Amino acid sequence: MRRIFAVLAALALTGCSAGTSTAPQTHEVTLVTHDSFVVKEGLLDEFQKASGITVKQIASGDAGELTNKLVLTKANPIGDVAFGVDSTFASRALSEGVFAEYASPEASKGAQRYQVDSTGRLHAVDVGDVCLNIDPAKLGGVEPTSYEDLTDPKFKDKLVVENPATSSPGLAFLLGTIAKFGENGWQDYWTKLKANGVKVVSGWEEAYNQEFSATKGTRPIVVSYASSPSAEGGKTKAVLGTCYRQVEYAGVLSGAKNPEDAKKVLDFLLGEKFQAQVAEQMYVYPSREGVAQPESWAKDAPLPTNPQTLPADKVKDNREAWVEQWRKLVQG
Amino acid sequence: MLPLAFLGLFFAWPVLAIVSLGLREGGVVSALFSGETWELVGFTLGQALASTVVAVVAGLPVAFVLARCRLRGLGFVRAAVMVPFVLPTVVVGLAFRTFWPDGGVLPIVLANAFFNVAVVARTVGGLWAHTDRRAEDAARALGASRPRAFLSVVLPALAPAIGSAAAVVFLFCATSFGVVLVLGGSRYRTLETEIYLRTVELFDLSGAAALSLLQFAAVLAVLVLGALARRRRETALSLRGREELARRPSGGEWCVVAVAFGVVAALLTPVVGLVTRSLSTRDGWSFAGYAALASRGDRGTLAVTGIDAALNSVRTAFDATLVALVVGVFSAVVLVGLRRSGSRISEVLDTALMLPLGVSAVTVGFGYLVTMDALPGDFRTSPMLVPLAQALVVTPLIVRMVLPVLRAVDERLRQAAATLGASPWRVWREVDLPLAGRSLAAAAGFGYVVALGEFGATSFLARPDAPTLPVVIARLMSRPGELNSQMAYAACALLMVVTVGCVLLIERLRVPSSGEF
Repeated sequence: MRRIFAVLAALALTGCSAGTSTAPQTHEVTLVTHDSFVVKEGLLDEFQKASGITVKQIASGDAGELTNKLVLTKANPIGDVAFGVDSTFASRALSEGVFAEYASPEASKGAQRYQVDSTGRLHAVDVGDVCLNIDPAKLGGVEPTSYEDLTDPKFKDKLVVENPATSSPGLAFLLGTIAKFGENGWQDYWTKLKANGVKVVSGWEEAYNQEFSATKGTRPIVVSYASSPSAEGGKTKAVLGTCYRQVEYAGVLSGAKNPEDAKKVLDFLLGEKFQAQVAEQMYVYPSREGVAQPESWAKDAPLPTNPQTLPADKVKDNREAWVEQWRKLVQG
Repeated sequence: MLPLAFLGLFFAWPVLAIVSLGLREGGVVSALFSGETWELVGFTLGQALASTVVAVVAGLPVAFVLARCRLRGLGFVRAAVMVPFVLPTVVVGLAFRTFWPDGGVLPIVLANAFFNVAVVARTVGGLWAHTDRRAEDAARALGASRPRAFLSVVLPALAPAIGSAAAVVFLFCATSFGVVLVLGGSRYRTLETEIYLRTVELFDLSGAAALSLLQFAAVLAVLVLGALARRRRETALSLRGREELARRPSGGEWCVVAVAFGVVAALLTPVVGLVTRSLSTRDGWSFAGYAALASRGDRGTLAVTGIDAALNSVRTAFDATLVALVVGVFSAVVLVGLRRSGSRISEVLDTALMLPLGVSAVTVGFGYLVTMDALPGDFRTSPMLVPLAQALVVTPLIVRMVLPVLRAVDERLRQAAATLGASPWRVWREVDLPLAGRSLAAAAGFGYVVALGEFGATSFLARPDAPTLPVVIARLMSRPGELNSQMAYAACALLMVVTVGCVLLIERLRVPSSGEF
């Protein structure tokens, strides 16, 4: 309790400004990430050796959990630099003042294409679009190519989706339908999906590993990622007309104890070497331009060209209401 | 005071801090009185109650066999019963989904019971193994039928242990998270899943605080009811060693043995299913998943290898069990002492010690974020926090398993020892410890297994370079690619092997003096 009063008092006194940065004694940077963060073996060591910075890594749940933890601890952050806040949660992190401005020299090499804020607080590290995946063998040549196709009786009882209240790809798919059919049209679309036998499960693990016919189940259409087919050796395909853009960002935390070295770590995340391995390691697409892709990706998992998007502010303001409406409509 | 300090620092303080943060935001009252909230409370308590009943009914025959029968292969049964407890809920949920593709209330209840049969079997079995058989034999000699002797002699003697086990199972079921998510067909929600959603996804701290308060109140109410029900039942029993009590089953007892083995078989069905799955691929049988355990997963999904994660699990669980044993045994001894001196505080303390089981791991985890930085060295990111958080879950279990036995120690034995000049410490060492020794070893083993399987708090706190096996399994399950999913199932099999191995090992490490009575 005392701690909270101390924080509140500190906030009142300083007017909620960034923490004072005393000169750091060691070159240690704490990198807070979402759970899916993995780096190619050896790459981080190489960076640490070259820069003299020791990187301590903390994983903090999925994008939502990570964002909320950063907001909760913004007065005394658990790290110096954070990676993994995605487009759904970016506005919350920005409006709460979690991140500090930093004009990274690496940010103009392609990351600017996915810019969410013009003051340089968040920088796009990778893109991980959510798309329908299909099992062509099971569909026997009759494949959906758009959102509308899914309401066709041909695809009755073929689709499995994740609950947007409990799953992040599930939410992305719902947002995609809202972007596509508009704020007044998506309810109608989902009513038709329901009539066409859509199955809802709580998480990606169940949808993909248990229900999808390419793995264990019986349904040949599932909500997953544009990159998933790269792991299935050409047995599945992403439906590129049904994608919703998800971008993952990184930034220097405003209360960072070691902001100077934190900036170098951010540059590393945006730099060529790190960007070149995000596809293989995290199943996402690099934000940087001109980075070579693994060969199989070009064939099995190309980056969607015209994905649906929604402005971050709009998602922030309406998300809870949309999910609630969805719940009443599809599960009520 | 040690148990209280531990609970206060690593439980009460963080929980109060995060709840009060939510309260300050306002809107709690409106959240409390919405009809939806009360539906949540109803469903949460209802499913927990049903699961508890199923677990107790299924667990009692197993407890009987473990405690009273002299049969070949009981060591295996004792270890096998523990296996469900460590399995990740996602994996078990998916296994149950094979039988109930659409989920529903029945699979939720059965899955919750599946996880908790071990609690009943071990807690009740621990006391049963030491309960004097002569009273029962006397009743039988005087013409009571077997059921009659069971109902009027055995059951009352076991009541404290059954009450303890039921309370623990109820708390586990009331806060079960993964099972409800996976088997709820995404339609059913409980206080636990809703607190998670409000805290982690929506950042609605006031809504989460309201629900946490309700969860707290509901859990407290059930614990107090349980304590009231237990109060009159506890009596001194003459405790004996298992060796002289166990017999070969005879007559109607074989029916109970059959039922017990039926329960064990049912418990092992999902287990067999997942071992099968770890070996089968789209292209036939393969050991690829097991071979992958030595790697970091398909294209480096993990920061460490599966084997490293297993070693880390074993170490962390050891630390957690050690902390929990110290705190738990200390608490139990203090509780018994207070009780003997007729103090009312004993009951309050007893209930307080159980609370960590009934409060959401998310609430505690977020609480750590806003409090632990006040401890030296910014404790929020310390690797020490993992075993401590696990110990928080294990301690109440140890208390529950040791307490009924310690309380049942005949006071006259202790008085006799004291009269003969033994110091209080000597009394404890020469009277209580030998009598409770076996339960203590069992409690340690049980606590160890619980720590091995703990997921909620661990996943929240574990560092990526030092994950435990359950964390690694969850990680692998969340990636596409057949090898990852196979490796996840192989990791489950490894977790089961480690569990059975540890249980068998701990069973052998009996307290030296426990064989003397």
